[in-house]
Amino acid sequence: MELFFSQILDGLSIGSVLLLAATGLAIVFGLMGVINLAHGEFMMLGAYVTYVVQSAFKPMGGVIFELYFPISLVLAFIVTGLIGVLLERTLIRQLYGRPLETLLATWGVSLILIQLIRSVSTAMMLGIIVGVVVGFIISKLLAAKFSEKPFFTYLNGLGWAIAIGIGLIAVNLFDQVRPLAKPWFGPRNIDVTAPKWLQGSWGMIGGIELPGLRIFIILLSALLLLATYWFLNKSVWGLRIRSVTQNRQMSNCLGIPTDRVDSITFGIGSGLAGVAGCAITLLGSVGPNLGAAYIVSCFMVIVLGGVGNLLGTVLASLLLGIIQSVIGSGTLLTIFPDMPLAAKGVIEFFATTSMSLVLVFIFIIVFLQFRPNGMFPQKGRSVDA
Amino acid sequence: MKIFQRLVPWILLAIALFILPAALDDFRLNLFGRYFSLAITALAIDLIWGYTGLLSLGQGIFFALGGYAVAMYLMLNTKSLAGGNGIPKFFENYGVDQLPFFWQPFWSPVFTLIALWVIPAVVAGLVGWLIFRNRIKGVYFSIITQAALMVFFHFFNGQQKLFDGTNGLKTSTSELFGQLVGSPDMQVWFYRLTVVLLPLAFLVCRYFTSGRFGDALIAIRDDESRLRFAGFNPVPFKTIVFLVAGALCGISGALYTVQSGIVSPQYMSISFSIEMVIWVAVGGRGTLVGPIIGATVVNYLRSLVSEALPEAWLFVQGALFIFVVVLMPDGIYGWITKGGFRTFLAAFGIAKPAKTYPKLDKEAVPVD
Repeated sequence: MELFFSQILDGLSIGSVLLLAATGLAIVFGLMGVINLAHGEFMMLGAYVTYVVQSAFKPMGGVIFELYFPISLVLAFIVTGLIGVLLERTLIRQLYGRPLETLLATWGVSLILIQLIRSVSTAMMLGIIVGVVVGFIISKLLAAKFSEKPFFTYLNGLGWAIAIGIGLIAVNLFDQVRPLAKPWFGPRNIDVTAPKWLQGSWGMIGGIELPGLRIFIILLSALLLLATYWFLNKSVWGLRIRSVTQNRQMSNCLGIPTDRVDSITFGIGSGLAGVAGCAITLLGSVGPNLGAAYIVSCFMVIVLGGVGNLLGTVLASLLLGIIQSVIGSGTLLTIFPDMPLAAKGVIEFFATTSMSLVLVFIFIIVFLQFRPNGMFPQKGRSVDA
Repeated sequence: MKIFQRLVPWILLAIALFILPAALDDFRLNLFGRYFSLAITALAIDLIWGYTGLLSLGQGIFFALGGYAVAMYLMLNTKSLAGGNGIPKFFENYGVDQLPFFWQPFWSPVFTLIALWVIPAVVAGLVGWLIFRNRIKGVYFSIITQAALMVFFHFFNGQQKLFDGTNGLKTSTSELFGQLVGSPDMQVWFYRLTVVLLPLAFLVCRYFTSGRFGDALIAIRDDESRLRFAGFNPVPFKTIVFLVAGALCGISGALYTVQSGIVSPQYMSISFSIEMVIWVAVGGRGTLVGPIIGATVVNYLRSLVSEALPEAWLFVQGALFIFVVVLMPDGIYGWITKGGFRTFLAAFGIAKPAKTYPKLDKEAVPVD
């Protein structure tokens, strides 16, 4: 029985990582109807922010180094949140009401982010800055002279193409300088060491050891969930977000700045992804491909829980986490050794991490046969709700 | 002009069949063979996305199933690849001494030729029916097809004893008609086969998108609820079109496998299936010529960029996704045929600007 409880605890911690990752996605998807396939990459960015903060704190050593983790949590939220707002302002805004297109565009963003982390170097950063600055100057100059002409859009595009070319040349020039060309992270995985107070055990309850890391992650996700709940239900902006969710046009008529609501929602969703990435660094080494491992599971959590429902997200992620850990480790076999041969064969077949994922996804597809809109469906009067 | 338009497809076909093999070396020809086989997948995705509005992110399942079917046949029927007890050698690495039961029928070439499109079609029909009958649509459909893709990916990836897991099945060293599949002669034949099958796939898609069936598909894309209120049940239409698309993807996967020399679970990776969608978007969805152009152009671009600067491809691909979605939603072919090109010329004063509604309103004589 102890084994069973420790498996449940394990499942809870897997589930709470999922929950951390899915909360942000649930906000963006549930409230804005935007499919953000770059969500996993925001988690990856959060993990890299943690790595940078850790590297910056390492020389100080001692007590200050032990404190790097809370600081990196906050920084990861802020950095990824700001990048999220930038993305919303420039790209997502163009695509509202076209969810399938948003899906493709954010996939493009995620590819760019992955490769950026792999190959970013000082030279590349400088080149990008040169390209963007030149692009803005060219487009300002063109706008001053040709803004009334019908071919202005095409000319502007040409201007940006030239700016990108100049940026590429700049990257190549900067690359000649050896110290600038060194990539910051490279394609390999990075390791973040957990601070001492998180390593080891946090005591025993009923004969079960409480591993500090896992408990910390469970607590962190609970805390963030409460904070999100409070923000959405008690704060002014939360009220605005909920009203835009219910009826965008009516909210607009009543003077709610819907575009700022969108930016804030997307920023918070991305920031939560960053925090999740920060927490994932505690579980093992992370790399540029971190996002892909989580994104599908996150979407499954949302679909299973019901869109736009935090309670559903919580239940679904914990449930998936527990199923995955109990089946994947084959614990059922050790607990019930005398089960019939056929059942035993089936459980053995699924008793690996990847096969337990197979089982989980099949379970979800079967579940949706009975509850097509998830555990807690959104109520609405329109046909498509 | 009419006659010229009618001749264009035949001219293109003749170029692909006779001029390209003469003009290109074996390696390039093989690449073009792969592009054309991928174009069949692009056609299938256009059928379900461009015409029916179902964005499937799981076409890789059917693509890989077709590929595995043909690879299993080739593995079984090659003496040099067989181990001690007459079954493919890789089984020995995992201590399997009996052929898994579902490998058995793949001894037969006839069964394989049928299975490589029937199995994907049946799987697609089943998955599609389960999803559509619950009125799951839009992005939910996309997400669930993606989850189904992950199911198959993990299954094929994790089951080394059944499919050699992540290594995949290598077909280039296997034999067909006593010749090595990877040999240049065989590859030219596979190229010709692809060039013949691509127009056939085109005709199949044209058959399904024209007439009343095609109208129903477009109605589903534009307003499914209204179609339902008009008394039609959209489920059979969607299931059938998804099934056809699955079968086409299976054929395409089989052709691609014999030309690339391997089938592996990577064909079922998330990224590959989304890439397929972008071929259609670049070429022009909702047209049947567009996907062929898109698949060829994007994959050619991919070869060029990856040969010159391997790290840059992801940047280019990401930018392509964003560019096409935001600035060119009709794709290349749509841009030319749906007035984008004309607007472009008009902006520079080369062509007359097309008259649009506000303009017509302004010119209209006010009635008082």
